[in-house]
Amino acid sequence: MSEVKKIATREGYGDGLAELGAVNPNVVVLDADLAAATKTGVFKKAFPERFFDCGIAEGNMMGIAAGLATTGKIPFASTFAMFAAGRAFEQVRNSIGYPHLNVKIGATHAGITVGEDGASHQCNEDIALMRTIPGMVVLSPADYVEAKAAVKAAAEYEGPVYLRFGRAAVPVINDEASYQFEIGKGLVLREGSDVTIVATGIMVSASLEVAEKLAAEGISAEVINIHTIKPLDKDTILASAKKTGKVVTAEEHSVIGGLGSAVCDVLCENNPVPVCKIGMNDVFGESGSAAALVAKYGLDADGVYRKVKEFLNK
Amino acid sequence: MDNLELKITANEVRKGIVTAVHSAKAGHPGGSLSAADIFTYLYFEEMNVNPEDPKNPDRDRFVLSKGHTAPGLYATLAHRGYFPVEDLTTLRKLGSYLQGHPCMQHVPGVDMSSGSLGQGISAAVGMALSAKISGKDYRTYTLLGDGEIQEGQVWEASMFAGFHKLDNLVVIVDNNGLQIDGKIDEVCSPYPIDKKFEAFNFHVINVDAHDFDALRAAFAEARQTKGMPVAIIAHSVKGKGVSFMENNAGWHGKAPNDEEYAVAMADLERIGEQLCQK
Ligand SMILES: Cc1ncc(C[n+]2csc(CCOP(=O)(O)OP(=O)(O)O)c2C)c(N)n1
Ligand SMILES: [Mg+2]
Repeated sequence: MSEVKKIATREGYGDGLAELGAVNPNVVVLDADLAAATKTGVFKKAFPERFFDCGIAEGNMMGIAAGLATTGKIPFASTFAMFAAGRAFEQVRNSIGYPHLNVKIGATHAGITVGEDGASHQCNEDIALMRTIPGMVVLSPADYVEAKAAVKAAAEYEGPVYLRFGRAAVPVINDEASYQFEIGKGLVLREGSDVTIVATGIMVSASLEVAEKLAAEGISAEVINIHTIKPLDKDTILASAKKTGKVVTAEEHSVIGGLGSAVCDVLCENNPVPVCKIGMNDVFGESGSAAALVAKYGLDADGVYRKVKEFLNK
Repeated sequence: MDNLELKITANEVRKGIVTAVHSAKAGHPGGSLSAADIFTYLYFEEMNVNPEDPKNPDRDRFVLSKGHTAPGLYATLAHRGYFPVEDLTTLRKLGSYLQGHPCMQHVPGVDMSSGSLGQGISAAVGMALSAKISGKDYRTYTLLGDGEIQEGQVWEASMFAGFHKLDNLVVIVDNNGLQIDGKIDEVCSPYPIDKKFEAFNFHVINVDAHDFDALRAAFAEARQTKGMPVAIIAHSVKGKGVSFMENNAGWHGKAPNDEEYAVAMADLERIGEQLCQK
């Protein structure tokens, strides 16, 4: 896939915000001293009067966003996933989730592809934290195009939304002109009959690569892109599991509480089939390049391929 | 309202607080009673609000950052006409809209959900900021406990408000000197409170929380203050109006039993009669 264009999903966040700002005057963007990294700087440049830097005070930023939302603004509160879902968890839960306010949380630098900054900044727990909050929508786009579309879909939706973006450039797999984002809709990107790979975020393009490789060996893998972790598209997952009888989940997140857990909940309650969860196995990350880290932790195409083969040969 | 009417109303609010907490067999009377005069002044004199139209986009906003004193807010809202006073006895009961801590989705007149200390002030800052962005002239008020200001988030919010010169924001600290574990200056002292807010670029006003002339003057001064947010440090007596609850940390979060309730109501009846003789 070396020919494919690569762009980080956080770029889609910034560009999506700027496009949104032009058509929706209610959109207000907040950041916590990371505007260059989260890419909200793109919005700041276009609409300085609707951009507020809260300084390094993430809990307060979530509360300010809540207050803005009570008056009809559509605030996007932005920082790294670690500080949005981690540091400010209780503010998100009590000041945004409980009153079900129309706040959008733009969380960038999720997962281990943060890279060199190391474990303190690599949030592999945010999906788990955010999806336990009643009424919280959790979006995890796979590429630049989907990220941008997710920003617009979040603005149109009335209620709290957590948006998860990555730091590292990842392949653009969607066509911007034709792409449609529907919250809660899983996308079957490739049909197959032997195994289902349910992936989210940066694991989607890796999973497509794996399916290609498996096909060459006569193994037919279905790949589903779950860009909405909550509400989860149960129907699409169950239909596929019924067909293949084997499910692999792939996420750049802990295997505890994330996409894999959510998928297992649905399968266990409706149609138990063998599952193999791919993700961070209850460990912290470390410093290194994004490429080196995904290779070490088995979150690149090679790692997923090995795991799927092991699972199928069991 | 003149001062006598305000005093009579505040006394009714206090009865509502004690009655609600007694009925619930739980809740926070001490900090509700210390703030009863502040609640009354805000809702009956200071704020531009209309119980018939509680969601009017141009209304003044109030955020009870010290959300545990919901009985004080509820009793005030009920007497102001947002909902029936009789409903106060449903406080904290299963199925009641009067949740233990304020819930904006269910209680008419509640502008923000709260209960986790330190968070309400940030929401109030967001409301004040929104008015500035939109060029609206509504004002935002928020009430904090003097123990609550130990939370770091209070100072994050204050830094933002001071930096952005939110002169449409009034932060009121109910300085009753007590928190759960005892005196605030023995637990982990936040004093000097006025100097702290001054350092965060607030105009600070010290006031007797139980003197309506002083409250009137303080809120008037707040309105005239331009270019900076205002902090009103309201010196109060926790449990004010109920003899055995006054200045007693033990009545922070405890309901009176039937005998205690009778004594409390007798105290307040007596105060009410004295006011009516004036
Ligand atoms: C974040 C948080 N920590 C702890 C509590 C539990 N709590 C409820 S009231 C209270 C003491 C509040 O004291 P103060 O702010 O002085 O309030 P007041 O005296 O006006 O009642 C505490 C610790 C809480 N509600 N929120
Ligand atoms: Mg106190």
